[in-house]
Amino acid sequence: MKNLWLTAKLDVVESLRARWFMIYSLVFGGIVAMLFAFGLTESRVLGFIGLSRLLVTYIQLCMAILPIFVLITTVRSVAGDREAGVFEYLLSLPVSLSAWFWGKLLGRYIVVFMPVFLAMLGAALWALLNGIEVPWFMFLYYTALLAVIAWCFLGIAMLLSTLARSTDVAQGAAFVVWLVMLLFLDLILLGVLIQGHIAPELAVSIALANPMQVFRTAALMLFDPQLIVLGPAAYVVTDTLGATGFMIYGVVYPLVIGTVCATAGYFIFRRGDLP
Amino acid sequence: MINFNQVSKTFKRNRVLDNIDLRIELGERIALVGSNGAGKTTLIRCLLGEYVYDGAVTVNGLVTREERTKVLQKIGFVPQLPPPLKMPVSQLVDFSASLCNSERSRMEDIAQRLGLDLGKIARLPFVKLSGGMKQKLLISIAMGRDTNILVMDEPAANLDPEARHIFFELLEERLENTTMLISSHRLDEVSALVNRVIELDRGKVVLDDRVADEVSLTSKLACRLVLRRPEASIAKALANWHFTDTGDGLSWQGSVAGPDRLRFVGMISRYVGVLTSISLDENGGDKP
Repeated sequence: MKNLWLTAKLDVVESLRARWFMIYSLVFGGIVAMLFAFGLTESRVLGFIGLSRLLVTYIQLCMAILPIFVLITTVRSVAGDREAGVFEYLLSLPVSLSAWFWGKLLGRYIVVFMPVFLAMLGAALWALLNGIEVPWFMFLYYTALLAVIAWCFLGIAMLLSTLARSTDVAQGAAFVVWLVMLLFLDLILLGVLIQGHIAPELAVSIALANPMQVFRTAALMLFDPQLIVLGPAAYVVTDTLGATGFMIYGVVYPLVIGTVCATAGYFIFRRGDLP
Repeated sequence: MINFNQVSKTFKRNRVLDNIDLRIELGERIALVGSNGAGKTTLIRCLLGEYVYDGAVTVNGLVTREERTKVLQKIGFVPQLPPPLKMPVSQLVDFSASLCNSERSRMEDIAQRLGLDLGKIARLPFVKLSGGMKQKLLISIAMGRDTNILVMDEPAANLDPEARHIFFELLEERLENTTMLISSHRLDEVSALVNRVIELDRGKVVLDDRVADEVSLTSKLACRLVLRRPEASIAKALANWHFTDTGDGLSWQGSVAGPDRLRFVGMISRYVGVLTSISLDENGGDKP
């Protein structure tokens, strides 16, 4: 356990010194600052008041940015370190492979989740100080959503990093995974359904299997329980699972996907030649 | 102590190690030599449990791949190319000391003896250090802990003559209870350090020979050179060996670490045309 924490700490410190982390933190901090600057907390549109509108906008932006950021920076860092010979040396020290892999994952997780969460927490604290109402349930649920989506894409990124033998391949694969998930968001599915090329059940299954779609739907579920702003997949989803059911699914499913991918990555990492 | 039993390693269709059988005992100092692609690094990485392979590699009966943590507790490793670690020096030392159940001060002491003040460079990223500093730090980490196997890939290549001499002293202190595996492209770089030479060629052991073990690792030889005419290039080379000009660039004197004698003679042979006299005296090396 000591070695796991040592590895995690090492990864955190390495990341804090990296340029990507600075940009990553600036992006999420900047988004919140910008949303405040544009007066979103004062506006009342479609019933969103106080901080809720800011949080909804923030979570939508996170959906667009977080997955690709986590995927690309993780595969670049892990595969890049491997190519540069960093692992050859560090893995010659007496650290078990499980402590190394999971420690790296844990360190990475702290680094990718913290800026996103702290930006949101900062917004909530600012709202409190300025007497703006903070929707705490929404805040907590969005925190959980961000936590699991970061975990999900981190797990996928670690799996890709162990599968790919070079940084370029790992980066390309990460981009393709993100693109495929993006392509299968609800609007695309709606288009496919209209054309009648696939069965509606298949479209709904794809929507339920796509972590990005699940994240998006779960985020919208809080203020639009009927999901009227989404397409046909969301309609079937609410009919089958109900609003609460889907909110639970929205947290559990990405968690499972991330864990399964990370575990698969760990077994592949252990089984073959070390990087 | 270390056993390679029918070890083979294939990358795609390229057989890099081909049925290697080796038995290495405690206290042996082995030069692992061979050209690029001979399989030296692959053999080392099998020993470190970083590769999967056919056959078996054991250290004190423990299979390196399966019980790598226990095995690696006893192995100090110095790579040929320092890893491009961005972490500060102090963190690397702390991390290594914690993993190896050692104390930071032991590594600091070794570094100090090698002429590296860790206090001054503690906050610098490892990657920003000079080649020699990186090498000294990696040697300090490998030797500042309880190990009985040292695996070193061209360990002294980036060290200045003074640091090389101290490095040889550090090795001398561990002769009795440590097995050393020193990899190099060139035998002359490591010949005086070892008592056994293993040469690899295309994944096979083509030479496994004991060698005379009469050179003390801590000895120094007094050296005096006389040149036909002053020459800037030889002056620069001798200055790197901390030689003193005792006669308008024509006469030089200094000392050479015992294990470095072949390396020194190799260097000086490049200037043999301007050399009129050379003496190496084993009994006068410590004299100024």
